[in-house]
Amino acid sequence: MPDLIDLTLTQTIAALRNGETSSRELTRACLERIEQLEPSLHAFLYLAADSASAQADAADRELTALRKANSQSPKPLLGIPIAIKDVLTVEGLPCTAGSKILEGFVPPFTATAVKRLQEAGAIVIGKTNTDEFAMGSSTENSAYGVTHNPWDTSRVPGGSSGGSAAAVAARLIPAALGTDTGGSVRQPASFCGVTGLKPTYGRVSRYGLVAYGSSLDCVGALGRTSEDVATLFQIMAGRDPLDATTAEVPVPKVDFAGVPPERSTGRSRSTQSKDAAPLSGLRIGVPQEYFVRGIQAEVEAGVRKAIGVLEGLGVEVHEISLPHTEYALPVYYIIAPAEASANLARYDGIRYGPRLDAESMWDIYYRTRGRKFGAEVERRIMLGTYALSAGYYEAYYGQAQKVRTLIKHDFKQAFEPSRCCAQVDVIAAPVTPTTAFPIGAHGDDPLAMYLEDVFTLPANLAGVPGLAFPVGFDSAGLPVGMQLMGKHFREDVLLRMAHAYQQVTDWHVRKPDL
Amino acid sequence: MPLSLEEVEHIATLARLELSAEEKTRYRQQLSAILDYFRKLQELDTTDIAPTSNVLSGDSPMRADESRPGLSREALLENAPEVARGQFKIPPVFDA
Repeated sequence: MPDLIDLTLTQTIAALRNGETSSRELTRACLERIEQLEPSLHAFLYLAADSASAQADAADRELTALRKANSQSPKPLLGIPIAIKDVLTVEGLPCTAGSKILEGFVPPFTATAVKRLQEAGAIVIGKTNTDEFAMGSSTENSAYGVTHNPWDTSRVPGGSSGGSAAAVAARLIPAALGTDTGGSVRQPASFCGVTGLKPTYGRVSRYGLVAYGSSLDCVGALGRTSEDVATLFQIMAGRDPLDATTAEVPVPKVDFAGVPPERSTGRSRSTQSKDAAPLSGLRIGVPQEYFVRGIQAEVEAGVRKAIGVLEGLGVEVHEISLPHTEYALPVYYIIAPAEASANLARYDGIRYGPRLDAESMWDIYYRTRGRKFGAEVERRIMLGTYALSAGYYEAYYGQAQKVRTLIKHDFKQAFEPSRCCAQVDVIAAPVTPTTAFPIGAHGDDPLAMYLEDVFTLPANLAGVPGLAFPVGFDSAGLPVGMQLMGKHFREDVLLRMAHAYQQVTDWHVRKPDL
Repeated sequence: MPLSLEEVEHIATLARLELSAEEKTRYRQQLSAILDYFRKLQELDTTDIAPTSNVLSGDSPMRADESRPGLSREALLENAPEVARGQFKIPPVFDA
């Protein structure tokens, strides 16, 4: 058997079931690798080594009893260690959201997404690094230090779920949770060469998620393969009475065996050949607006080559247009900060987190917030406050919400029958204009950092699912990623397509030299 | 520069952020550059476009209006910087 840390989540689950390894061994292998590599990566903000080991022993007793009784565990993740981005609460484990304003906060409740994984048997091994309040594209905005990219430690891992992406890429953990408000799962997945899913808005409960932009925030998963990510997604997804924004839409079992999903058009399929190509009958659209000046040539080449591979697997490729793509950036950077300015009003030094003492309530608010929030969080709170303030609301927030409708319409037009354009099931595009950039590259230029998100923001604004996975490497040895975007609640199509791609390529099994 | 120093101070007051003189200058310059960039949105005519408030088309399901257990007072006070007699402690709100 290969090294435990080299197994995918799917293989790890099988190895545990068959008794080839134990949860204790697995957990210890992860903790040892973390201990060895954390000094050069800094992927974690907190390690729950003792509780994880105790839970592993309990899982092993359960697994042994089941094997004796010759029965299967009803818990699909029994004994599997996972890591959680530090913006999701786990009862009893500190939760900082990468901010000094939550230093020392120990939540008395567990996020639903985490709870569902725990109920399925998963063991939380630790909390991973993030840009403060998930605001950033590099983890450089974490108040607790930057995470380093495992492929080149002088570069960023992306963000804001950079800790989770680096941990999965460096094989510190088989899989991890992240969150995606404007690309924060997909962009670090791309920079670190792992697979990351941003589900449909409303698909996974946000109860227990530190809120940033509530009309955009999604809880997602990062793993080495599409299959691994699908496993976590299917357990987490679905209606939660504790989050009123979760949709009452059934979660389909992702079928990797390969029957093409039913098309929504009802178009006759009789003219299609009955060939066994795993993706035949699916159409992908390639939006011209995502291949613009400024994109790294190797990124474009990698994505185009991957589209060619998908074509070989039976998909039909069409050039399409998402004409309002260039407006996604200003729309997002008005709406997200506006929502953040309201969401972050709760950090006031009264009920939790540190307090800077002062004579009056007013000064407690001022001083605590002014000293404990980092620069990027302050900038976004101020941007949002300005965009919502009297006299500016219509010009900024009002206009942004209207342009958001146009962006949403672009996707609707691509996915639904229309007179003007080809109808597609999936949109394929680069995740980022470049591969991972050096730590410090954007210095104190917030706008340059925002431009990193140009290709990931539209999916959040339209609420559609997005899946990023590795499709090559550039000449510096850095991973190149591609994203697939799909119709609302059709994560299954994206996951199946990426799985078919990963069956015939090996980018996702490459391992950084550490 | 779209933002004056007074406007930066006004926004910081609305947002309850104590800023140093150096921060005010820096944010004024950075936020002005960002707001300049946002002007791009004015290129679009949105007269007949409805704003998006929810990206999903379905209605939000309602839950039954039933009470359910919540967290205990002890658990909720555990993270408070200052507690007195089972409550959050704060300085006087009204002048004596």
